[in-house]
Amino acid sequence: MNSKGGRPGGYSGLRILREGLTGNRGWRPAWRDPAPQPAYDFVIVGGGGHGLATAYYLASQFGEASVAVLEKGWIGGGNVGRNTTIIRSNYLLGGNTPFYEMSLKLWEGLEQDFNYNAMVSQRGVYNIYHSDGQRDAYRRRGNAMVLNGADAELLDAEQLRAEIPFLNYDNGRFPVQGALVQRRGGTVRHDAVAWGYARGADRRGVDIIQNCEVTGFRIQNGRCTGVETSRGFIAARKVGCAVAGSSSRVMQAAGLRLPIESHVLQAFVSEGLKPIIPGVITYGAGHFYISQSDKGGLVFGGDIDMYNSYAQRGNLPVVEDVCEGGMTLMPMIGRARMVRMWGGIMDMSMDGSPIIDRTLIDGLYFNGGWCYGGFKATPASGWCFAHLLATDTPHEVATAYRMDRFRRGAMIDEKGSGAQPNLH
Amino acid sequence: MIIDHPLLGPRDAQEFVILGDAGLIDRPDWKADDAAEAFYEYQYLRDNPAGTHRELWYHEMGDRSWLIVTRDTVTHAVLKVELASQRRRT
Amino acid sequence: MTQTNRLDGGLIDRSTPLSFTFDGRTYGGFAGDTLASALVANGVRLVGRSFKYHRPRGIISAGSEEPNGLVELRAGARREPNSRATMTELHDGLVATSQNRFPSLRFDLMAVNDRFSAFLGAGFYYKTFMWPRAFWERVYEPIIRRAAGLGSLSGAPDPDVYDRGFRHCDLLVIGAGPAGLMAALTAGRAGAEVILADEDFRPGGRLLQERIAVGGDSGAVWADAVIAELASMPNVRVMPRSTVIGVFDHGIYGVLERTGDHLQTPAEGKPRQVMWRVYARRALLCAGATERLIGFADNDRPGIMQAGAVRGYVNRFAAAPAEQVAIFTNNDDGHRTAGDLAAAGVDVTAIIDSRPDAPASDVAELFAGAVVTGTSGRLGLGGVSLRLADGGHKHIHCGALAVSGGWNPNVHLTCHHRGRPVWQDDIAAFIPGEGVPPGLAVAGAARGIFSTAGALADGAAQAVAQLDEIGIRAPASKLPDSEDAGFAISPLWHVPGKKRAWLDQQNDVTVKDVKLAHQENFRAVEHLKRYTTLGMAGDQGRTSNVLGLAVMAELTGRSIAETGTTIYRPPYSPTPIAAFAGRSVGREFRPTRLTPSHHWAAEQGAVFVEAGSWLRAQWFPREGETTWRESVDREVLATRASVGVCDVSTLGKIDIQGGDAGAFLDLVYSNTFSTLPVGKTRYGLMLREDGMVMDDGTTARLGETHYLMTTTTANAVGVYRHLEFVRQCLRPDMDVQLISATDSWAQFAVAGPNARLVLQQIVDPQHDLANDAFPFMACADISVCGGVPARLFRISFSGELAYEIAVPSRYGDAMIRALMEAGEPFDITPYGTEALGVMRIEKGHVTGNELNGTITARNLGMARMVSSKKDSIGAVLAGREALVAEDGLCLVGLRALDGGQVMAGSHLFDAAGPVDAAHDRGYVTSAAYSPHIGASIGLGFLVRGAERHGEVIRAMNPLEGRSAQVEICSPHFIDPEGERLRD
Repeated sequence: MNSKGGRPGGYSGLRILREGLTGNRGWRPAWRDPAPQPAYDFVIVGGGGHGLATAYYLASQFGEASVAVLEKGWIGGGNVGRNTTIIRSNYLLGGNTPFYEMSLKLWEGLEQDFNYNAMVSQRGVYNIYHSDGQRDAYRRRGNAMVLNGADAELLDAEQLRAEIPFLNYDNGRFPVQGALVQRRGGTVRHDAVAWGYARGADRRGVDIIQNCEVTGFRIQNGRCTGVETSRGFIAARKVGCAVAGSSSRVMQAAGLRLPIESHVLQAFVSEGLKPIIPGVITYGAGHFYISQSDKGGLVFGGDIDMYNSYAQRGNLPVVEDVCEGGMTLMPMIGRARMVRMWGGIMDMSMDGSPIIDRTLIDGLYFNGGWCYGGFKATPASGWCFAHLLATDTPHEVATAYRMDRFRRGAMIDEKGSGAQPNLH
Repeated sequence: MIIDHPLLGPRDAQEFVILGDAGLIDRPDWKADDAAEAFYEYQYLRDNPAGTHRELWYHEMGDRSWLIVTRDTVTHAVLKVELASQRRRT
Repeated sequence: MTQTNRLDGGLIDRSTPLSFTFDGRTYGGFAGDTLASALVANGVRLVGRSFKYHRPRGIISAGSEEPNGLVELRAGARREPNSRATMTELHDGLVATSQNRFPSLRFDLMAVNDRFSAFLGAGFYYKTFMWPRAFWERVYEPIIRRAAGLGSLSGAPDPDVYDRGFRHCDLLVIGAGPAGLMAALTAGRAGAEVILADEDFRPGGRLLQERIAVGGDSGAVWADAVIAELASMPNVRVMPRSTVIGVFDHGIYGVLERTGDHLQTPAEGKPRQVMWRVYARRALLCAGATERLIGFADNDRPGIMQAGAVRGYVNRFAAAPAEQVAIFTNNDDGHRTAGDLAAAGVDVTAIIDSRPDAPASDVAELFAGAVVTGTSGRLGLGGVSLRLADGGHKHIHCGALAVSGGWNPNVHLTCHHRGRPVWQDDIAAFIPGEGVPPGLAVAGAARGIFSTAGALADGAAQAVAQLDEIGIRAPASKLPDSEDAGFAISPLWHVPGKKRAWLDQQNDVTVKDVKLAHQENFRAVEHLKRYTTLGMAGDQGRTSNVLGLAVMAELTGRSIAETGTTIYRPPYSPTPIAAFAGRSVGREFRPTRLTPSHHWAAEQGAVFVEAGSWLRAQWFPREGETTWRESVDREVLATRASVGVCDVSTLGKIDIQGGDAGAFLDLVYSNTFSTLPVGKTRYGLMLREDGMVMDDGTTARLGETHYLMTTTTANAVGVYRHLEFVRQCLRPDMDVQLISATDSWAQFAVAGPNARLVLQQIVDPQHDLANDAFPFMACADISVCGGVPARLFRISFSGELAYEIAVPSRYGDAMIRALMEAGEPFDITPYGTEALGVMRIEKGHVTGNELNGTITARNLGMARMVSSKKDSIGAVLAGREALVAEDGLCLVGLRALDGGQVMAGSHLFDAAGPVDAAHDRGYVTSAAYSPHIGASIGLGFLVRGAERHGEVIRAMNPLEGRSAQVEICSPHFIDPEGERLRD
């Protein structure tokens, strides 16, 4: 489905013209609201970005026709609709880089693939460095990216100043020495990702069932045969859970303990402003990153609140910490007004990297532990999870994301922070 | 947030550093036959409850006490605060 | 300058005329005006252009909910985009500019968008701009980005100062309208500590905007009297210009006080704004209510306002929105506006009341059961079209239309802990529901009690109840008399029609957009919000959300209660980013720690570098040296040839004492310390419980029960925290005490063949430094310079004969000067962190570059240091299969061949073969030019590196297009046998 919305009901500029001239009466629901069937081949628990992408790729890449996505509320209501919309593949470690680079490549063709403009905007990601040691660490990372086929550039202060003149080069607590840049990185309109996958999956026959909470798993002889839901039992050949933020809660119903803690990450947006921030900029001497949305809002964030939380809201110290970093790096944003702060619940794993794996229970599969990197991973996560569900073998770029890596000592620890989730 | 320190009274949570689940107090026996498995579970697996959670906070900008704080992870309500060093070993 | 629409009366100070400009034109106003009221008084209706369609827009409200009247305030670096004219206190010389228009406000080229609105409905951009793919970033997106956004930042650093403050109270009263004033008065008289915060510059709330008598006086007079009484109470603090922006955990409220915004520039040395963190035992939300508009065709023309705002402009600001004003209402409030206008002498041309049983009016012609179906006028309202109760049509001339669609209680703060408001049918509005933050109660209009008397009584009663919960008995205050009218409303959300009817004016969301969302199955309230952007603008939909939900409810056939509502997030009102940052910005972003020898080093002209929170001397340039390398090479060579000195006070120092101190160290270190003799120092390797190296350093045994641990600079805080964890959480049974001594001691490394000779000059003579008496790894408490207490350690980071000598910090400056004097005969050379780094690489010592959190003792070649004979942290998990694999990384030395350069961050590859991820063999962690070797050298981790010494491989840096041939060698480039250390 790569043609210009040639399929009936497809989206295109031409269609907008036609609909506009005829009173916009021809637009159809982006997805149906089907009643749950008694049984499916595949049941995906969680109608967030990863769950919807998984269903989409099960249908589009693996030809699976009997797929349902079960969502306890409204689709896209979790972290896919609460993040700061950044995409990038600037990872250091072998277990991660190929996966995230696959994801970035999928982003690059996603809109044409699912016929939905998610505003994938590759305006670049700048990671600022402030010391020789940090530069060396970024050089190692940049080289890892290049060696894995991703793009990376290391800029010194003068080169950076030519591109981003408004940083505080001369009067900050820590000097701005340069940046590691990934020009293919950027932002995506987050909600549109959920909607695009939902619409694409629905058009390929996937049942998206909202307001359907999974309350338990039916496990017989070590095998998962379906899920108990608020709308009755639904049988399934295979059940995949993609419920980051609630992973521990949901998997507890299957008797599993996870290497995951739930933490709140806050995010912030300003009023709409005329364009002033070119790409994504991250501060290397504090907790602050920022981009500007197509609507003009400055979208920014920083560190998690550190304490375990399921509350989807945070507290003032982190708000202040983030704004201190922002004001120190780019003091021109001071008079921009924040209009909203919110929080999302992160599946913080024990090494900062995700899990896409089978579980000890046959027929039950798990996808989670995304920390705060889940959004950018959405396409590859969906693809790889679909691959695992459909073929029972991990996709080649996701072989490291195993549940047993902690037992074996094969952690994928980008930050080197160890088994303390709130430090990742 | 405010943590009612057993010795110092109510203090802003900003004075503290949080480590995580208070289960980290119960470090396994290194000599046990199943030490490898026990240490793996101790170090890596978490109940991660949505609700009452016992967790370790360190009063870094204060008296350097490690506290066991019982807190609700949904409402953030603090239910109980104890000195870690005063706990009765089980 | 005539103010064409200025009336008599009002609460403005006519003795203080003010002058301001809007879009370059000069106007007059008075003290007590807002920018909005001054514009209204000057007959300026057109103030901005809308977000998407660039429709002409005017002021709608008289409060912080204003969606349209947004301007750029001030100029230069102080420019503030998207400033609400309604919240801008007028001051002399104020400069305001309209935004989002080109070339001018009256003639805006982008208004062409309005013609194409059929193609620009909700979410149109999700359906197009996909082909060709490369056009998004290059063509479509830049156009969209330029069109979007409203105002512009200046691009210059914000020149103002912001502060943070902390306040505590028994009761925080939020809002100084009738309920809030009565609550504060009740609590204040009871002796409670009270803070009364209000976003307006003048307390009183709606009492200032209405002609409602309270206690026999005008509302404003009563409010002034209450404020005067509150001001006289030492236990009450009244905070005008202060917005409670958010409710955080455990009774912590964020309060933004605008201390300098009513001035041209903040007073010298004073902050522009202060962000208060208020710790309140109880709080009472008395934030009133916000009036809704009604959706009808072209309901966004300048001149269409909230009916209550019209009363505010007329009564408080003596400003008439137009000469002729019509009213459109679905409740009794519109009639109140008609009465106030008539009383002020403004011509009320019609009252259009959608209720067939509308009450009669004696001030204007009443059209009961009629609705407004359209409006005319290009840049301002010219008239409205009606559909009458009998189906007939009529056109009415008016320059302003006062609209009342009912009132929404300002429940926002009750949602900040994700509480959900509930629908109350009789007032057709949401009131606070489940999940209100603990400690917060609601009074007055904010919970749907709309009469003045009701608000006064509720404020008093809720204050008594809240104080009672915290043990403060408050006698009931005598309530003043006031109006106690009921509230009669027959909901009318929108007037159906073919043309666009606006719901969210700031984001240009119309009834059609909600219909499209419904048609496309974006029916959940959050989907509606996100798809249409309803309520996502700076006002968080205060005037629009309920309208949108109501339209959706109508389409789905469900009730509004079933449809539900989205919730509000902090901040209550848009808040400058700078206000959250306070003074912790720029150089003050984080504290700066200076070493004991800092001032001396500055005198020497040292170049300093940030090392975590420390500033350390990086090198000491001498005259004639033109590059840093010259200085660093000299420092290294001079140290190795004679003697050098370096301030190493930044290393963490932890004093460990007690009967179990040795056993404690055996647990936290991989190797054993309980066997260390008194007077000796030992290198220690510390693991995390997961088996990775946490830190390393030397620990000295100063006495039988007394050890002193050193940590790396970077980990000083973390290691101390970890040790306290072990002591308090894991081994509270042990007899051991810890204290950080990092800041207590100034410590200097004195290194080089002549180090002993230098030290002998200053160490008091009773201490024998001879090699036998004080050998390598010895330590002792000594005295220097005739009795100054000191500690001496014979340890070496440089690989030379070396000592570290510590004195109490207050002697640090004197000590460095004494050392330099004593070393003069040996040409002692101060060296900085660069030379320190070069020498430690030459010696093969690891630091943070190597100890990156993924490295095991085995990777360092120190596996044997992890004792298996005792319990030590990390020992068990270090044995996991993947961590003991044969093909693991090993620390190696790397020497560049052929004059090449080793660069840290390069990856290592075999001498031949592809350069790609599959053939990656390791990486370079540290690199330096070694003047001793005469080549570029480095340290790195290499797969099976220990077996490969002597091989030549490649250090590749494709990121920068650089590479080098390197020989693998031992990490110990100098003196591998350690002979120099023991001389």
